[in-house]
Amino acid sequence: MTLRLRGVSYRHAGGQAALHDIDLQVARGERVAIIGPSGAGKTTLLRLLASHLRPADGHLELLGEAPWRLPAAARQKLRGRVGLVHQAPPLPARQRVVTAVLAGRLGQWSLPRSLLSLVYPLDAAGARQVLARLDLQDKLYQRCDQLSGGQLQRVGIARVLYQAPELILADEPVSAMDPVLAAHSLEVLADEARRRGATLLASLHAVELALAHFPRIVGVRDGRVLFDKAAGQVRPAELQALYANEQLGTRPPASTPAMRVVHSPRC
Amino acid sequence: MKGLSRLLLPLGLLAAVIAAFAFLQLDAAALLSRDGLAAMAGYAARFLQPDLSAPHLRAIAFATLETLAMSAIGTLLAALLGLGLALPGAGRFGLLAQGAARLLLNALRAIPELVWAALMVLAAGLGPNAGTLALALHTAGVLGRLFAEALENTPPEPADALRLAGSGRLAAFCYGTLPVLWPQLVAYTLYRWENNIRMASVLGFVGAGGLGQMLYLSLSLFQEAQAASVILAMLLMVLAVDALSGWMRLRWVRA
Amino acid sequence: MLTPAAPLRDPAALPRLLLTMVAVALLWPGVSLSELDLGVLFDGRNAEPMGSFLSAFWPPAHAEDFLALLLQATLETLAIATAGLSLALLVALPAALLASRALSLSAVSRGGRPHWLANAVRWPVRALLIVLRSVPEIVWALLFVRAAGLGPTAGVLAIAITYAGMLGKVYAEIFESVDPGPARALLGAGATRLQAFAYGVLPQAAGEMLSYTVYRWECAIRASVVMGFVGAGGLGQQMDLSMRMFAGGEVASMLLTFLALVLLADLLSRLLRGRYA
Repeated sequence: MTLRLRGVSYRHAGGQAALHDIDLQVARGERVAIIGPSGAGKTTLLRLLASHLRPADGHLELLGEAPWRLPAAARQKLRGRVGLVHQAPPLPARQRVVTAVLAGRLGQWSLPRSLLSLVYPLDAAGARQVLARLDLQDKLYQRCDQLSGGQLQRVGIARVLYQAPELILADEPVSAMDPVLAAHSLEVLADEARRRGATLLASLHAVELALAHFPRIVGVRDGRVLFDKAAGQVRPAELQALYANEQLGTRPPASTPAMRVVHSPRC
Repeated sequence: MKGLSRLLLPLGLLAAVIAAFAFLQLDAAALLSRDGLAAMAGYAARFLQPDLSAPHLRAIAFATLETLAMSAIGTLLAALLGLGLALPGAGRFGLLAQGAARLLLNALRAIPELVWAALMVLAAGLGPNAGTLALALHTAGVLGRLFAEALENTPPEPADALRLAGSGRLAAFCYGTLPVLWPQLVAYTLYRWENNIRMASVLGFVGAGGLGQMLYLSLSLFQEAQAASVILAMLLMVLAVDALSGWMRLRWVRA
Repeated sequence: MLTPAAPLRDPAALPRLLLTMVAVALLWPGVSLSELDLGVLFDGRNAEPMGSFLSAFWPPAHAEDFLALLLQATLETLAIATAGLSLALLVALPAALLASRALSLSAVSRGGRPHWLANAVRWPVRALLIVLRSVPEIVWALLFVRAAGLGPTAGVLAIAITYAGMLGKVYAEIFESVDPGPARALLGAGATRLQAFAYGVLPQAAGEMLSYTVYRWECAIRASVVMGFVGAGGLGQQMDLSMRMFAGGEVASMLLTFLALVLLADLLSRLLRGRYA
């Protein structure tokens, strides 16, 4: 069993509850889509699974271990076996694509090797191979700030492919791509999971994509699991209930502040 | 009442200026008397024929290189030390370390380069080594504070994401934080280097090497012609650095 | 779907390697030229006198006659900075008026571009200002110490000269940055240049000028302490003497006084700037 959640809940720093009493079990090799309106708690759930956030209550088991009962070093090792694709991949603007992708394996590399690779990419071939699967091999030596939003998302996916984790978590991984590219990228993720027997959990805003690419669908609304069933058994009424009265709130995109250099006059 | 307080300040300033002159008892009469002026003019006249002989120019060139080397090595050491202190100064190792690092940075910064140089001459002996260390210590305080501020303003997400993928702290810093921080580190360091070239040329007055030491020695030996050419060299160096940095700023900072 | 693959070799590798080699080639002689040797700080022979010097820092000297001397030196430092800056103002204001294009009569009739002859008069003034401020104040101080004898006079003159150059340049820039309309209108209506300056430029420029002047005063205090080390009076000269005598306690008291002075000047300058600028 890759994932086991029993009665897990989470409250934001402000005190308002984000997730209530989540029960979820995902077996090894399963591919699960998490769908639901904005603000339903999809991102919080994925961050909980990535052991970024610590649950307030309940029991969380990840790849057979309880991350928050492990000592810090062991938890860090466990995190190396989990890959998270961010909706807006937090990549330094001036970093080159090859370095950003190779950074996926920092958890497995020794420190000298990591530092050396920062100066001269040690596994450019490996980086190009994963980029090629996403049709980005020509961007290998470009800087991240020269890429579009959709290309950046694919670089984020490529980093996780390079990491080769046992559990792939993806938070709206294709939200900035056109439909053809989105389908292709999801297929790459699914293919990777199938080939290595890894588990894949992705939150998606587009229901059609979820139904087309994932055998199992979990509907989340207001921090609760509304339904959890095979893709073929999801009925339109359930989807309507899931998305009823959705407020069209758009989150502002994460942006890095502009460089600020103060030149105080000389004395 | 408001009018009075607006008037009070200029009057206070005027009183301060008068008090300052009264306290110093500047002997303007002696200075501006015929003898005083003649003495000054005679002294100044001896600077009008700078020594431009080849051996002296060679010595000046060497001292200029020494000055540049002191400023460059001092600034480089300062950047390393400053970064080392900026990490705790930005609160990366807890509140206690942050307080201690900030105190140290402020102390390093508050003491002027020349005072550091005088102290370093006592500790490390005469010569450019003392000047290099003095520049390194003061500049480490300045750069450390700027670096710490830059570090606090750097978005934490890239490094957080790497930590979440199992990376170690140092590797996450180098891959996630440093690329964002790097341009600012370089800009601040170059800007301080420019300052330090000017400073390095006068640290020699307390015995810390470079052009300053040469000027001090020739003035002590009443060799005004030699001193004049050293001053000319200083002037040229400062003007060249100003022009170069102005051109670079126009080209890279505003673009 | 297939795009031509980029070459696998890192295009940045060669430039990086070259840059590193150039940096090493430049820094290596730099290290030997600067005679860098961190070891001397931890050398046993140096450590003992240095240790006793540093251990004397606590407690700072506080004998009554020393404190009187300290007060005298501190007041002298303040007086040098204030007197030097006020002399600098006397030079800087006329120089800025001469150097600035803001009051050009020929510019009024020429659409804002002064006559070349007028510019030819401006350049010598500007060049003079550049020379005045480009020689560091401590060099002037050393020259005056040698010419006029030891003491605060040298410090006052050094600050007056260097700061005249700095203030003159910045004032001229401030004059040119304000809206030229009012001054041009006055000049066009037959006002003299000084009248046009007083009624057209000064009201707009006063705040910024005051702010910069107060900031310079703060710098002058630091500078007058530093200049004491070449014999130009004030706190610096006392500090130099105490250091030569390895009197750690006195050095400590004077450093603390200096820090307090700088802090106070910073506070005062912030107060003044907040109020008038």
